[in-house]
Amino acid sequence: MLDIQNLKAGINGKEILKGLDLKIGAGEVHAIMGPNGTGKSTLGNILSGRDGYEITDGYVDFDGLNLLEMDPEERAQAGLFMAFQYPVEIPGVSNANFLKSAVNEIRKARGEEPMPAPQFLKLLREKMALVEMKKDFIGRSVNVGFSGGEKKRNEILQMAVLNPKLAILDETDSGLDIDALRIVANGVNKLRTPNNSFIVITHYQRLLDYIVPDFVHVMYEGRIVKSGDKTLALELEAKGYDWIKEEFAAI
Amino acid sequence: MNETDQILENIGTTEYKYGFVTDIEQEFAPKGLNEDIIRFISEKKGEPEWMTEWRLKAYKVWSRMKAPNWAHLNLREIDYQDIIYYAAPKPKEEKKSLDEVDPELLKTFEKLGISLEEQKRLSGVAMDVVVDSVSVKTTFQKTLKEKGIIFCSMSEAIREHGDLVRQYIGSVVPANDNFFAALNSAVFSDGSFCYIPKGVRCPMELSTYFRINAAGTGQFERTLLICDAGGYVSYLEGCTAPSRDENQLHAAVVELICMDDAEIKYSTVQNWYPGDKDGKGGVYNLVTKRGKCQGNNSKISWTQVETGSAITWKYPSCLLIGDGAIGEFYSVAVTNNYQQADTGTKMEHIGKNTTSRIVSKGISMGKSSNSYRGLVRVHKTADNARNFSQCDSLLMNPSCGAHTFPYMEVHNKSAKVEHEATTSKIGDDILFYCQQRGLSEEQAVSMIVNGFCKEVMDNLPMEFAVEARKLLEISLEGSVG
Repeated sequence: MLDIQNLKAGINGKEILKGLDLKIGAGEVHAIMGPNGTGKSTLGNILSGRDGYEITDGYVDFDGLNLLEMDPEERAQAGLFMAFQYPVEIPGVSNANFLKSAVNEIRKARGEEPMPAPQFLKLLREKMALVEMKKDFIGRSVNVGFSGGEKKRNEILQMAVLNPKLAILDETDSGLDIDALRIVANGVNKLRTPNNSFIVITHYQRLLDYIVPDFVHVMYEGRIVKSGDKTLALELEAKGYDWIKEEFAAI
Repeated sequence: MNETDQILENIGTTEYKYGFVTDIEQEFAPKGLNEDIIRFISEKKGEPEWMTEWRLKAYKVWSRMKAPNWAHLNLREIDYQDIIYYAAPKPKEEKKSLDEVDPELLKTFEKLGISLEEQKRLSGVAMDVVVDSVSVKTTFQKTLKEKGIIFCSMSEAIREHGDLVRQYIGSVVPANDNFFAALNSAVFSDGSFCYIPKGVRCPMELSTYFRINAAGTGQFERTLLICDAGGYVSYLEGCTAPSRDENQLHAAVVELICMDDAEIKYSTVQNWYPGDKDGKGGVYNLVTKRGKCQGNNSKISWTQVETGSAITWKYPSCLLIGDGAIGEFYSVAVTNNYQQADTGTKMEHIGKNTTSRIVSKGISMGKSSNSYRGLVRVHKTADNARNFSQCDSLLMNPSCGAHTFPYMEVHNKSAKVEHEATTSKIGDDILFYCQQRGLSEEQAVSMIVNGFCKEVMDNLPMEFAVEARKLLEISLEGSVG
């Protein structure tokens, strides 16, 4: 599904990713953890195609495509989705209108006809139930006047409607209370299939109680320095990151 | 230059679609302006003596006035002696049916996407069409007549309904109101007239379509709309002009009069030729529009979508005289390349319990300048006046300008006046968010702009909203994709 080889990238001349390798297979959930400022969010931004980063080395294969050569919308159309840490507000554009445009652009890129409106509404209602969104949500402007928790739920809703092959969740759990966390995690779990993969970027083990990962990676100094199964997250929770830093310093 | 800048830079390179010229036989007045020209125009139109005198008086006023320079506009000095004040498609006698309208003209309107044939028109819109100086066709006149509604060209109204015209013309915008209004009063050649009788709700949208065709001419139309007690009318106005290198002058006057419990909804989609990419040519759109809420609980609502013209100077206003009168102003102004717009409104609160609402959305691109100028004045007599103003500007790049000049004068302590203003630019964050969901940058821009204007667009009548949205899209079209 995704194969990142020796990825080196930075911003304003400062190298942030220093030769990162990561392989993600179909149907797998990978958690990426690590202290602040180690490049977790940068990785998400580069994979989704945000402007402003210099990529100096490496290759990313996404389902046979050269990901780094693609425009952000092409990546989205190819099935890559990013749940943003800070979702933006779009005044005057209704959630339904926004999502319908997104769905139909992705369909168009695949040579499919636009989805008929009734079918779209049915899909939207079904997925709204999944993340427990209120009915009036359809006509409200994208994220305008939404609480922090609602914005994050909206990200999961968009993901559910667009049904991507690979979803990157960038600190989706930050700022969520326990109920919102449960709703978000529940939304993700319902979307897990043998074909869909997830990258879950998080600071806390807490989220991983709800979204149980197949693999846990620790990022430090722009690289993945340790990988393991879900028990690694528990170990990090118990011991903190210092032992990782020490281990890394010894190399 | 990153891609966003490139797209925004290229926005507006799209050619103006309505820039063609129609080859029709035309009649002109000689260039320049003097009393003889005014007599010539008046005579051409077969006007009664009082009208000629009214024009001549306005001319005297005008010749003592100076062009205003307070607007935030870089307006080249206009040589008023170098303009043709009267141009008309050569008349082929009275046009009783469509067959008699010049076929070239019919083709023109087909090209503009406007059908003059009643059966083909969208149901529910009656239309008056003004080319250069004269009205060429008014549709659905008979249907309206059955309801007692008068809807015709100004020339016809002066001839057929002289008393009404004489009573109301200049009662809202007097000839000495301002330089351009005075000029218009002297030389106005045509326009639309409408009278809605007591208690009649006009069953269809009324509409005037203005087209400048001839070169070197000015267009000076005058619209007079009277809505008697308890009446209702929704009126639409659209305009285009050929692409020409020289600047063309358009100085219109619109007067609305609204009696007790009457309501007028006046919508404009203005798409005069804006000049080319380098700022050459284009229409100078210098317009005085004012509505008088004479009666108690009367309501006037202005909605405008302004995308054209090299220069726009325009402040559709409301005089809220009757108690409980309501004035509204909804505006979207888009400027691109070297376009300049100084537009806004004036709400004069005179009666008790009057309310006004102003929603203005400015979108600036290229090297254009876009100003909102508004005055809310609460007179001593206006107990419990309420106003809410919202002025938002959207900047598409760093080289354009947006300005807001809100003035408030409150002379009554019970007044409540609110003003909110925002200026924003289309941020990379919001664009990236849309792209990450599969939308192209261009679609994202169009979606964001449409969202920005939504509150105003929602006020347009259905068919017009579709046209306005298309126009916005054209204004935003870039070279990518």
